[in-house]
Amino acid sequence: MINNTEEEDKTSVEAHAYTPGLKVKRSMTVGKTRRLPIFGEVLVDVGGTVEHDTIVAKTEISGDPEIVKVAMKLGVEAEDLIRYMKVKIGDAIEEGGQMAYYSALFGLIKKEVVSPIAGTIETISEITGQVIVRGKPVPIEIDSYIPGKVVQVMPREGVVIETNAAFIQGIFGIGGESYGRIRVAVESSEDDLTADLIRPEDKGAVLIGGSMITMEALRKAVELGVSCIVVGGVRHDDLTSFIGTEIGVAITGHEDVGISLIVTEGFGKMRMSQRTFDLLKSFEGYNASVNGATQIRAGVLRPEIIIPHEITSGGSSEDELSAGMVPGTPVRIIRQPYFGAIGTVVRLPVELQQLESESYVRVLEVELEDGTVVTVPRANVEIIEE
Amino acid sequence: MATLRKPTEEMRFILATDVGSTTTKARFFHRREGEWRFFVAGEAPTTVEAPYEDVTMGVQNAVREVEELTGHRILALDGSGIAVPYDGKMGVDLYCTTSSAGGGLQMMVAGLIKMMTAESANRAALGAGAIVMDVIARDDGRQPYQKIQRIRSLRPDMILLAGGTDGGATEHVIELVELIKAAEPRPRLGIAFKLPIVYAGNKNLRPQVEKLIGGQFALDMVENLRPVLEVENTEPARRAVHELFMEHVMSHAPGYTKLMKWTDVDIMPTPAGEGMAMQLIASSYKENVLGVGLGGATTNVYSVMDGRFVRSVSANLGMSYSVTNVMKEAGIRNIMRWIPFKLDEEDVSSRLMNKMIRPTTIPQTLEDLIVEHSVAREALRLGLEHHKTIATRLKGIQVQRTIADIFEQALEETYIKMMDIDIIAGTGGLLSHAPRRIQPMYILTDAWQPEGITKMFQDSVFMMPHLGVLSTVHREAAWNIFDKDCLVRLGTCVAPAGSGQPGEHVMTVKLEMPDGRTLEEKLEYGEVKRISLAERQEAEAEITLARGFDMGEGPGHAVKSTIMGGIGGVLLDARGRPLKLPEDDDARKEMLLKWFMALELYPEEDLKELV
Repeated sequence: MINNTEEEDKTSVEAHAYTPGLKVKRSMTVGKTRRLPIFGEVLVDVGGTVEHDTIVAKTEISGDPEIVKVAMKLGVEAEDLIRYMKVKIGDAIEEGGQMAYYSALFGLIKKEVVSPIAGTIETISEITGQVIVRGKPVPIEIDSYIPGKVVQVMPREGVVIETNAAFIQGIFGIGGESYGRIRVAVESSEDDLTADLIRPEDKGAVLIGGSMITMEALRKAVELGVSCIVVGGVRHDDLTSFIGTEIGVAITGHEDVGISLIVTEGFGKMRMSQRTFDLLKSFEGYNASVNGATQIRAGVLRPEIIIPHEITSGGSSEDELSAGMVPGTPVRIIRQPYFGAIGTVVRLPVELQQLESESYVRVLEVELEDGTVVTVPRANVEIIEE
Repeated sequence: MATLRKPTEEMRFILATDVGSTTTKARFFHRREGEWRFFVAGEAPTTVEAPYEDVTMGVQNAVREVEELTGHRILALDGSGIAVPYDGKMGVDLYCTTSSAGGGLQMMVAGLIKMMTAESANRAALGAGAIVMDVIARDDGRQPYQKIQRIRSLRPDMILLAGGTDGGATEHVIELVELIKAAEPRPRLGIAFKLPIVYAGNKNLRPQVEKLIGGQFALDMVENLRPVLEVENTEPARRAVHELFMEHVMSHAPGYTKLMKWTDVDIMPTPAGEGMAMQLIASSYKENVLGVGLGGATTNVYSVMDGRFVRSVSANLGMSYSVTNVMKEAGIRNIMRWIPFKLDEEDVSSRLMNKMIRPTTIPQTLEDLIVEHSVAREALRLGLEHHKTIATRLKGIQVQRTIADIFEQALEETYIKMMDIDIIAGTGGLLSHAPRRIQPMYILTDAWQPEGITKMFQDSVFMMPHLGVLSTVHREAAWNIFDKDCLVRLGTCVAPAGSGQPGEHVMTVKLEMPDGRTLEEKLEYGEVKRISLAERQEAEAEITLARGFDMGEGPGHAVKSTIMGGIGGVLLDARGRPLKLPEDDDARKEMLLKWFMALELYPEEDLKELV
């Protein structure tokens, strides 16, 4: 057997070998940066109060251009085009408005080119014979997403909004930002969210399920206009048929499926962590801002549920860095053969240990909820943040 | 440009880093008894994202680890960065770095004809280490408004614009420029700065191009990359891309302005560094090389064939972030075909989805390891397929065809022939961290199916990008470290092309071993064997072939060659090319198991238990 220990000895141990945990916090200060894609105008001031749907900044993106092959349509040379143009650069033009006109043989042959859209003449090219009409500007508005206070204004770019809230991160989601009232649709964190548990009055709600949502339930939720589903797991096949394509890389948020879905644990049937479930249950009836957008690359973005409330309990800042792992730290195992199990760190041996796969890695010992102690790679657990 | 603060022959210590998207890796080199060697490695999380937003913090943390491990002080006492040069007590004589943090270099390329100038522009951008987000061409099948919408939705770091030979097409090239101007593409970083465009098209049109877009973009004009149809000249464009990468892109990434001041050599995109390393192997051995960087998010494939260097990047083929995209592109069935025991398809796909959302986890069980190795084969196979679409002969020119060619159905577009590849080199986490060294060797063999005699190498501790950037200023040091400390010799694969029936004789391999023994191995069709031959040892081989099997000298022709040893040994592969797996599920599993056992690929007892 040939092993790599020699090379591994040469490499220093990674500074942080484990995944930082997903946040499940009852009370903290949540800050959200709301930024325009290009420069524009900020509509609120520092210190102001906003609702989740308050427009905080707006701008205009230049309209889509339309390229018109005017010289070709008139049957003239590109360099002669300017002689036949009825508009000049910078002129406004309506849809169907005359751009160019050509007549020959004392008016027996007449040709004209009209603008396909309303807009402004941007260029007239004597090389290509093309005219570019710029469509009307498209307004863009950014809302506040969470209710709260404006704590910072970035001139012409956007704002930072802060609020006291419960903050829960999922592991994966689809669909973008949404807002609604929380209703827990299942009895326990182990229950499946089935179609019969979704009611017509759930329109616009953020529905909390247990271990999994069925395909039928997903479809019914969309039909009834549910805002968002939060659930422990989803089957890979169901997700694929629901969104109509297989997820290749985890960059989501733009799916147009009429609902946001936030998965808290992973793929397959997975009981929602009791802490997450209990926390969501304790806020039943509250309004929540939710976002299914996920990006697991540099600049990790996890789906989130933000539940603004007044009960402050010395809440920590969102950017506070997680401390390392020590004996007693609650963790979740995130890979086979103990995938999904929850336990407490009991020992962190320094020396590398060999796994069944024969790799030598740093490990830790975890006492599971049923009292058994198992050894797993440090890379395969995540901290459950208190 | 490089400004060295000491002549290379006087240098004693060199530091190189790679600022990756998740980890910053420092490698410390020193000259010992006149010879450059790798000394120690230090790693720390990259600090490009909030709340740090300054890459130099991660660099300092990684360097601090090197300091702790060696006791050699490298960071300047006043906190101003790396102390350069070494003053007899502290510091290093040279500091250089590569970077792929924040998504690397993302480019859009445009050319007139898809298979001609656009293809050349694509190769130039890839060669410069970029991820190409889209290739726009006049004949790409999209309507102008669709192209405009696409350009508007992309947020590239840079655009490479080609089109027309010198003195050739005019109107259509300007149309393309007008299209880009109209689309108003916006840069990814910094909403206030001008997007860089490199124009490498018909040189006669430079004044018109300048007039059209000179004010709107940061425009750079370089020599035409297809001055005439028969010539592809990507070097000036590639250089310009690197300069603009430093000037415009890097300078907008958090902390890079500071990092740029610390380095003695321009910061290079990580894949460009890796590419330099592959070229270093090819030029040192004077042989054809096919290399791969199998990463978590992307797979880079490099070829150096008769001196021609080409890189391809499959931006969404990888072993963690992109693992489910491998499943999507290859199909779950193609992944399952490499697994010798029963597993449910939904179970495997859920596992892969769970790996994607928790990309830093590692396989603990043998079953999980075998699943990952199966995905790796497919990622590598697809990566090479993609590479072959980039590594093509120049189109648009007349090709001399021989009588023999006419009988062939079609002239193949790619010039990558596995029989012409002398060396395969791999790098990336899965290959480097495989518990047994035969595993990467065998995975590469299954995926790429080398033909003839192929030497196989691997990166020991990830440092190919570091040595690549170092080779641009100190080739001797780079090669010495590369040869002694970086390149792990996995061994040699001996595989004739051809097909036969199970049990049919394929080849007899006679090996004169370094200890004087002579080994003789007879292989039947469908068989694999492994012979131990240690690293830095060689054996003289005489290979006689059955009719219909070819080692590069023609069917049935014997070959003699010197075989390189390695920690995986010599892999004798009589499974034929192309490699065919049995259609029947049970027969396939049985066959895989036979191969795995013959090569001692995995622990035998545990493997039997799984089956």
